[in-house]
Amino acid sequence: MNTIARFKHFGTETYHVFNRNKTSWIGLLLLTMLVLLAVLAPVIAPYDPVEQHIIQRLEPPSSQFLLGTDYYGRDVLSRIIWGCRVSFIIGSVSVAIAMFFGTILGSMAGYKGGYFDAFVMGVMDVLMSIPTLLMGLLIVAILGPSQANLIIALALTMIPRFARIARAPTIAAKSKVYVEACQAMGFSDMRILVVHIFPNIFGELMVMGSMWMATAVRTEAALSFIGLGVNPPTATLGGMIREGFKDIMSAPWASLYPGLVILLIVFAANLLGDGLRDALDPKLRNEK
Amino acid sequence: MKTSTKQPLLTVNRLTKHFHIKRGFPKSVSYTVKAVDDVSFHVNRKEAFGLAGESGCGKSTVGRCVLRLIEPDSGQVFLQNTDITGLNNQELRSIRKKMQIIFQDPYSSLNPRRTIGQTLEEPMRVHKLCENDNIRDIVIDLLENVGLSAGVIDKYPHEFSGGQRQRVGIARALLFNPELIVADEAVSALDVSIQMQILQLLQNLKEKLSLSYLFISHDLAVVRYFCQRVAIMYLGKFVELGSVSQIFDEPLHPYTLTLRNASPIPDPSIEQAFAQLKGEVPSPISPPQGCHFHPRCAKAKDICSREYPKWIELGKGRGVACHLYG
Repeated sequence: MNTIARFKHFGTETYHVFNRNKTSWIGLLLLTMLVLLAVLAPVIAPYDPVEQHIIQRLEPPSSQFLLGTDYYGRDVLSRIIWGCRVSFIIGSVSVAIAMFFGTILGSMAGYKGGYFDAFVMGVMDVLMSIPTLLMGLLIVAILGPSQANLIIALALTMIPRFARIARAPTIAAKSKVYVEACQAMGFSDMRILVVHIFPNIFGELMVMGSMWMATAVRTEAALSFIGLGVNPPTATLGGMIREGFKDIMSAPWASLYPGLVILLIVFAANLLGDGLRDALDPKLRNEK
Repeated sequence: MKTSTKQPLLTVNRLTKHFHIKRGFPKSVSYTVKAVDDVSFHVNRKEAFGLAGESGCGKSTVGRCVLRLIEPDSGQVFLQNTDITGLNNQELRSIRKKMQIIFQDPYSSLNPRRTIGQTLEEPMRVHKLCENDNIRDIVIDLLENVGLSAGVIDKYPHEFSGGQRQRVGIARALLFNPELIVADEAVSALDVSIQMQILQLLQNLKEKLSLSYLFISHDLAVVRYFCQRVAIMYLGKFVELGSVSQIFDEPLHPYTLTLRNASPIPDPSIEQAFAQLKGEVPSPISPPQGCHFHPRCAKAKDICSREYPKWIELGKGRGVACHLYG
């Protein structure tokens, strides 16, 4: 009962600030729609995404194929819906992995300080110096193109971002008197970190999570576009743009619509991230 | 020292803590701040031992070293027979049940995201002090002990006044039934009227639970009211130590004298000549040669600027570090 009341208290406050900024609602709505689309792909998609209607190649949008067909006569709409699924899986799983390890590393480094801090953050800086796309290329070149390898590559480049985000508030919280009180109570470092410091960094992590999910989706699309993403014939948004590229003058729908969907996902995730940031930032909370 | 043969609860022996600061780039110069420099004292059972001095003189550092919230550089801290400076983390955790701390700032010493109940229940759960079912009852008992109603248990710190929060802080310190409480400026952040209430609460608890206090304060009036013995600190060193009546009625060290004269007497008919103290407290990074106090001292002699005075025991637990009595 106690816990529920606490969540309600925190929840309503967050909700009110989130509500103040209407654009964040647009982001949430869009993202929810796209996620639903991806989750319900097997139900909604009118055709099998890899089924080829060879006679109806490069058909313009019609009542039969709402967004037209591609070079192999596959339904663009169905492929987009299934492609969203791949994008969201890669985006969310890589962000989740990066958030998990990044938070642990960053908050440990901030809490312990000293040489441990210097070492961990040094490694993070090295990782951070490699651009996401390059790291993607590197990993895929070593391990071969596959969904799992792509996730590993994306997570690796995002870990240092989360480590940094987690470290700074940990250092700030460490100097709070209530943390000293916890030490005087004889609590273990682990308990102090998880129970007393982690709630302070949770908000920022959520914001970063939604922002970096957009980047992960974009990078996945970029890697698929240059042919280093998920193997064909699996439908991915980036791969679709690439496949439709050679006929872009005569049949622009095959590349254009998946591109638009990437734009929508990135746009929605960023709007949501901005809204969340305002809602969870205690400094912005009291401002009108 | 206090003419009793029984063993003191807390004995601090030549405690030293220096902080090292590096400044400057690319050539950094390192400074040493002697926050606590060769300090020895003891606290008897059921006694409130005061630690007084201006801000920055190291009195809080002493308190934190005693609890090992800060690692002392050298010296020993004995709680009864155990030297806590030699304990490993496990042993330290269990000895901390015997000594607790009340912090100065009641606003930042409570986690704003946790209710009073959560803050107080957590230590009992962690240390498995009792059956889970009883924890809430014990906490409610404790809250009533410190003058709060049982209804506050589900409230958040921001719903309370400073005095009420400090009561929660006291309740937290009492959770483990400690023998010693370090009160670090425990009433300094409160209104004068609330200060009195909290002091009385601490006094009552002391008698009821046979507590001992290491009472750190810059407020001489509070120390005089609350403590039995007191040490005056200046720039990391003790300058004088004795019973409250000795220190306040017949101060020996010129610094104690000026401190005493600087605190107002609540009687308008007494005309008070405020002894003006020359200058500021010197930087603890580079304290003056010889006696740290000599540049501001009215009775300074030649020797005062050359060497630091030795600690002189005057009997009856009285001690002073001043060349005037050497």
